[in-house]
Amino acid sequence: MTDELFRAMAQSIIDGDPDVAADLARKAIEAGIDPLEAINKGFVPGVDYVGEQYGKGEMFLPDLVLAGEAMKAAIAVLEPEIARQGGQRQTLGTVVIGTVEGDIHDIGKTLVATMLSVGGFRVYDLGVDVPITTFVEKAREVNADIVGMSALLTTTMVRQRDVIEALEDAGLRSRIKVMVGGAPVTRAWAQEIGADGYSEDAIGAVSVAKQLVSAG
Amino acid sequence: MQPKLELLTPDLIDHILGEAFYLLETHGVKVQDPEARRLLGEAGARVDEASEVVRIPEAVVRRALETVPREFYLYNRFGEPVVRYGGDAVHFDPGSSGVHILDPETLEHRPSQTADLVRLVQVAEMLPQYAAQSTAVVCNEVPKAIGDLYRLYIVLLYSAKPIVTGAFSVPTAHYMLDMLAIFAGGREELAQKPLAVFDVCPSPPLIWSEFGARNLIDLARARVPAQMVSMPLAGATAPVTLLGSVVQHAAESLSGLAIHQLAGPGAPIVWGGAPAIFDMRHGTTPMGAVETAMIDVAYAQVGKSLGLPTHAYLGASDAKVVDAQAGLESGVTAVIGALGGINMISGAGMLDFLACQSAEKLVIDAEAIGMALRLVEGLKVHTDTLALEMFASVGFQGDFLKQKITRHLFPKEQYLPSAVLDRGSIRAWEEGGRLDTFTRAKARVRELLAAYERPPMDPEAEQELRNMMERLARQAGMDALPM
Repeated sequence: MTDELFRAMAQSIIDGDPDVAADLARKAIEAGIDPLEAINKGFVPGVDYVGEQYGKGEMFLPDLVLAGEAMKAAIAVLEPEIARQGGQRQTLGTVVIGTVEGDIHDIGKTLVATMLSVGGFRVYDLGVDVPITTFVEKAREVNADIVGMSALLTTTMVRQRDVIEALEDAGLRSRIKVMVGGAPVTRAWAQEIGADGYSEDAIGAVSVAKQLVSAG
Repeated sequence: MQPKLELLTPDLIDHILGEAFYLLETHGVKVQDPEARRLLGEAGARVDEASEVVRIPEAVVRRALETVPREFYLYNRFGEPVVRYGGDAVHFDPGSSGVHILDPETLEHRPSQTADLVRLVQVAEMLPQYAAQSTAVVCNEVPKAIGDLYRLYIVLLYSAKPIVTGAFSVPTAHYMLDMLAIFAGGREELAQKPLAVFDVCPSPPLIWSEFGARNLIDLARARVPAQMVSMPLAGATAPVTLLGSVVQHAAESLSGLAIHQLAGPGAPIVWGGAPAIFDMRHGTTPMGAVETAMIDVAYAQVGKSLGLPTHAYLGASDAKVVDAQAGLESGVTAVIGALGGINMISGAGMLDFLACQSAEKLVIDAEAIGMALRLVEGLKVHTDTLALEMFASVGFQGDFLKQKITRHLFPKEQYLPSAVLDRGSIRAWEEGGRLDTFTRAKARVRELLAAYERPPMDPEAEQELRNMMERLARQAGMDALPM
């Protein structure tokens, strides 16, 4: 019975159906299933499957995004229940993410945020055109493990360096890992500005983030 | 709406047919097979036995045009009709009868052998862009006397798709029909659900050789589809003007059609060809030239005006390696052929004026063909409103990626290429080893071959085919088959 429910949960993520995912989450609570277990044994395998298929070229960006939406819907139902039981959802870490000041490109950054979120991170998405000080303040406020910055233009890419410097000035740099991404961003650039992580795509970003926090 | 390329006005089509009929009636056609001359003579043509020239009145051809089928299907080995010859249906198959194979490592054009044909058939089997197989190369280690039927044997062993083939002699044509009949369940069943179409070639200008005419008669009587491959060479064996060559194509094809329908009224036949312009610097026959493609589209339009199924040789290149020239000539001419609404377009994989086949080029050409087929699908209305409903849940954010309809409809809207085409970022390309198209194609060929599985076939039929082939090989002086 529980196995069947878990399989249906994974399927709701694969199907990218937020309504079904939320329904199944409520069913799990009614049935007295541990909400953490529902996440880890029910929904997460679905996310893993979608990520794997995407990596093989068998699934596509719309599948990733819809899987993310379904996962968010499930977690929105289960998280209050976890809190009510006096627990806390174990996350891999806290990420503050945004597109740097002067740049309004959204899609890539949002995708990374979604993938990190469904991949087990607590994600604060600051949106686009984010001022340097906002990155720093939010990172301090939520005790971030990772700050992620996107830039889609060569002209705004330099802001990534400014944020890293501001984190240093604020005395936060030593305990925060920095990830950068975006069309003009290369591994060489990431190294040049002293970022800790870089990935070519959203799925890669999750594994980079996992490496960074476990190395942390 | 299926987008179409038309090069001829209705007046010009009439003019072409008018001149073709005039040529047939006054200049005449040389018909080197006595029975074909007899059939034409009995139908009202004037036959000069000494010169073998037959002058055919328009009425004789018009009667043939009344009995010829306007469409037919080729079937796969599971009995499904998968290729429609008729209307503006568009299909592609690999080019046929190459004598060389491009060695992907040494880039040498070496004589092709059985292993090369097997590899080509396996790759084409895995690519949905190819609706049919062809007997793609000759196997040079096999005696010429059985070269044609041996190729068909190999394709039958490794493929379930319909086959574009052809015979090299009169007796072997019959053996080939028998081979196909093994899988169809008999000659009658083969006629009902043909597994193959046979290329039959007139000899330019205006000659039906004894073998060509014989082939037409035998195929008509077997009611297995014949595909006329008229090949005027504009400026050498045909008039230099493109339209002049189209007239010659029409005259050769109309006379072939008359012979065929007199021998077997109602038997299926295709208005096909492999014309080319003649290169005035090198004396070669460029298949990748735009003018070659223009002759094809024009004669196909003439064939369509008569209600006939069509074929052409396009999507090939004259380059010697799989390079930019190979890509552009194959891609451009594949698109032109598709826009011409040509039912079967042969030529993919071919280099060097149809002399050399390449499995690597076949996988690259499959992408051009995928795009060409997408183009002729045209723009479709998938939703009640074109955009309004999709805007309903979206403000000024680019959130269309989150819409379920995006996931649902993108595979219908977008042709999804394989990794042969690089659509990743510059960084991914650099980190992937900076591979060029040919290197990616080699990897794709390896992947396809690794994933290939021989289609299921009736073991008894397979054994019968093998026995037949072994017997014919021994008769030709070959004691053991290469594979």
